[in-house]
Amino acid sequence: MRGLVRWWRGVIGADAYERYLESHHRRGHTHAPMGEREFWRAKVDAQERNPQGRCC
Amino acid sequence: MTTVSSGGSAAEVDEGPPAAVDDEVLESERRRWTPLRIAVWSAIALVGGLGWVMLALVRGETVNAIWFVFAAVATYLIAYRFYSGYIERKLLKPDDRRATPAEHSENGQDYLPTDRRVLYGHHFAAIAGAGPLVGPVLAAQMGYLPGTIWIIVGVVLAGAVQDYLVLFFSMRRGGRSLAGMARDELGRVGGAAAVLATLAIMIILIAVLALVVVQALGESPWGVFSVAMTIPIALFMGFYLRYLRPGKVGEVSVIGVALLLLAIVAGGWISESGAAAFFTFDRTTLAWGVVVYGVIAAILPVWMLLAPRDYLSTFMKIGTIVLLAVAVVVVRPDVMAPAISEFAGDPAGGPVVPGPLFPFLFVTIACGALSGFHALISSGTTPKLLQKERQTRFIGYGGMLMESFVAIMALVAAVSIDRGIYFAMNSPAAMTGGAVDSAAMFVNSLGLAGVNVTPELLAGTAQSVGEQTVVSRTGGAPTLALGLANILSGLFGGAALMSFWYHFAIMFEALFILTAVDAGTRVARFMLQDAVGSFVPKFKDMSWRPGVWIGTLIMCGAWGGILIMGVTDPLGGINTLFPLFGIANQLLAAIALAVCLAIVARRGSVGALWIVLVPLVAVTVITVTASLYKIFSSVPAVGYWAQHNAYRDALAAGRTSMGAARTPEAMEAVVRNTFIQGTLSILFLVLALVVIVAAVLATLRSLREGGRPSFEDDPVPSRLYAPSGLVSQPSEKELEARWLAEVGPPARSHH
Repeated sequence: MRGLVRWWRGVIGADAYERYLESHHRRGHTHAPMGEREFWRAKVDAQERNPQGRCC
Repeated sequence: MTTVSSGGSAAEVDEGPPAAVDDEVLESERRRWTPLRIAVWSAIALVGGLGWVMLALVRGETVNAIWFVFAAVATYLIAYRFYSGYIERKLLKPDDRRATPAEHSENGQDYLPTDRRVLYGHHFAAIAGAGPLVGPVLAAQMGYLPGTIWIIVGVVLAGAVQDYLVLFFSMRRGGRSLAGMARDELGRVGGAAAVLATLAIMIILIAVLALVVVQALGESPWGVFSVAMTIPIALFMGFYLRYLRPGKVGEVSVIGVALLLLAIVAGGWISESGAAAFFTFDRTTLAWGVVVYGVIAAILPVWMLLAPRDYLSTFMKIGTIVLLAVAVVVVRPDVMAPAISEFAGDPAGGPVVPGPLFPFLFVTIACGALSGFHALISSGTTPKLLQKERQTRFIGYGGMLMESFVAIMALVAAVSIDRGIYFAMNSPAAMTGGAVDSAAMFVNSLGLAGVNVTPELLAGTAQSVGEQTVVSRTGGAPTLALGLANILSGLFGGAALMSFWYHFAIMFEALFILTAVDAGTRVARFMLQDAVGSFVPKFKDMSWRPGVWIGTLIMCGAWGGILIMGVTDPLGGINTLFPLFGIANQLLAAIALAVCLAIVARRGSVGALWIVLVPLVAVTVITVTASLYKIFSSVPAVGYWAQHNAYRDALAAGRTSMGAARTPEAMEAVVRNTFIQGTLSILFLVLALVVIVAAVLATLRSLREGGRPSFEDDPVPSRLYAPSGLVSQPSEKELEARWLAEVGPPARSHH
């Protein structure tokens, strides 16, 4: 059940910030990661600059 | 900088376990036929064979829908296990020792190794939409069998192959777009034609999708209210995520879905109250509304409308499809349509889709069997999220099989409703006259076996789903909604919830389509700005607002024009425009496969070239034939120019009424519309042929030279491991366990 919830969060993209943090630490960066609010803003800004289609 | 993969220091990782299972070990495991395996696969083959026999050969009174599920799922499993395995081995040869873009370019955002099961859901939500739900409904005119065969065989040999190949090649190129790959492989002319064709095709796709929504919402206060409510709901979610609780996507999605369900229920109250008139619009007004919505939605910041709508749409998409699959299996409705209908052999086709079965069945069902649009997704977000090269098979090929299954369920829903109602709903108003009496008369005059529809039946059906009428609700969505309501009310709620489920289905189709319209307009605008930017550099700057506004207006003007034309078409918009939609989508597939052909030849894989050639030749023959019919057929219902000339000559001869066009203005509209449709047919065909010829020339050159240097990224050694599919082989499990023990858990699998 917990696996299913985790899967679901992954599919809709609810865990994007957690994964970003994980990735940030994994890559061994020494600078501070983006804050949560800042991250989500950056995420939609990126979508703004580079739109992705949805299929019919 | 040394890349460190999963925790620990670089040195540790260098010494660590290998990044791939040895190819030979994996291969020998896959080929080891244990008695259990033989038994399982024999059982799958038997069940599938039985399903096909029941569908194709046994002629009882009715056939049960469960056989569709058996035939489809067993065929998918066999195709996945054997054919996609063959493609992997002979053609693509993935190498898990190479890092994927997600690994070597990881940035924590768009490049990020993602668990394959999560990515599967993600990719599926991006490729599936209203397309696989609508096409099979229209094709049900020909009976259930032709559509079923094409959806299943088409996906196995064409659709899933295209998605898999494009995903793989794009991954090897850092997630390059289809247009980018076309430029690399086909040179300037071929590349430019590919970009232009993609842009033109997107416009017609958006227009027809919007037309489907408008047809479903016209004169339906319930539908208009509940769909209109998605806008404030999405705005609320957008502000919530931006200012109140940033990043709480799961929480806001649940709130959004709850509000959405409330909006559907409230639509019922509205339709029975005095406010109904306020939400009743004719289709032309609605079409203008959708165009204005499109302009505003594509200009508003992403966070306000697009992003929250996307969350809702994903939530509903996966939820509803699971619900539908469960319902079909549990309820097992009986199928009312014959295997092969009276219209399948008629060269003029039927009232829903004009034209002969070949090629029009194959363009009517595009999504679900072969959808060119997927090439844009498979070369967009997904390749940047793959953990391992071998996973492209599960995501690309496997993802498309799931969409095909959705199409099969849509077909089941369409053929499980009464045939008389089906034809009354899907024949254009020009034929049914728009009223229950005339529609019943028209349907009964078709001479269909076992069909005897009464005005009372049509009126009663409309009442049971809370609509004013079901006559000539073309576009597929209302028929599908009725079928779904039938099936789902068998599972939950019975007749009392029939109208709820009907509007639930209308709502989620509208939700998918409006998301696709919004996102599609943005993508098209982006492509336009990029193209114009080559001449006027300022347009390339995506943050330059006037450029964004001009681009958006041009794109909305283009698809909006076609939409208005379709809505006001005296001959009925869906039956004239839907073939163009299918042709456009399939031509995009032909372009994508042509690019794949050039890439395969460049790799020097001559022996495996047929894997691409089979679908490429098939789709080229289908679309070229269909285009030629649309351009040259002398049957007015089929050929755009034949219709154009017939009406032009009639006007010249001084006639003031012809067929469904009862005024000179309506006749002029037919002349104008057929001119535009005919011109678009020619444009699509010419552009696609330019791309295909360019690809064939590039292929021949590669073959002559025995392969050419590829445009793939240089290999980077991989430092992470994950199994390739849903079910792991022993060697995969063993290596995964070794990584877990020696390096620690990879991203997102600690549960």
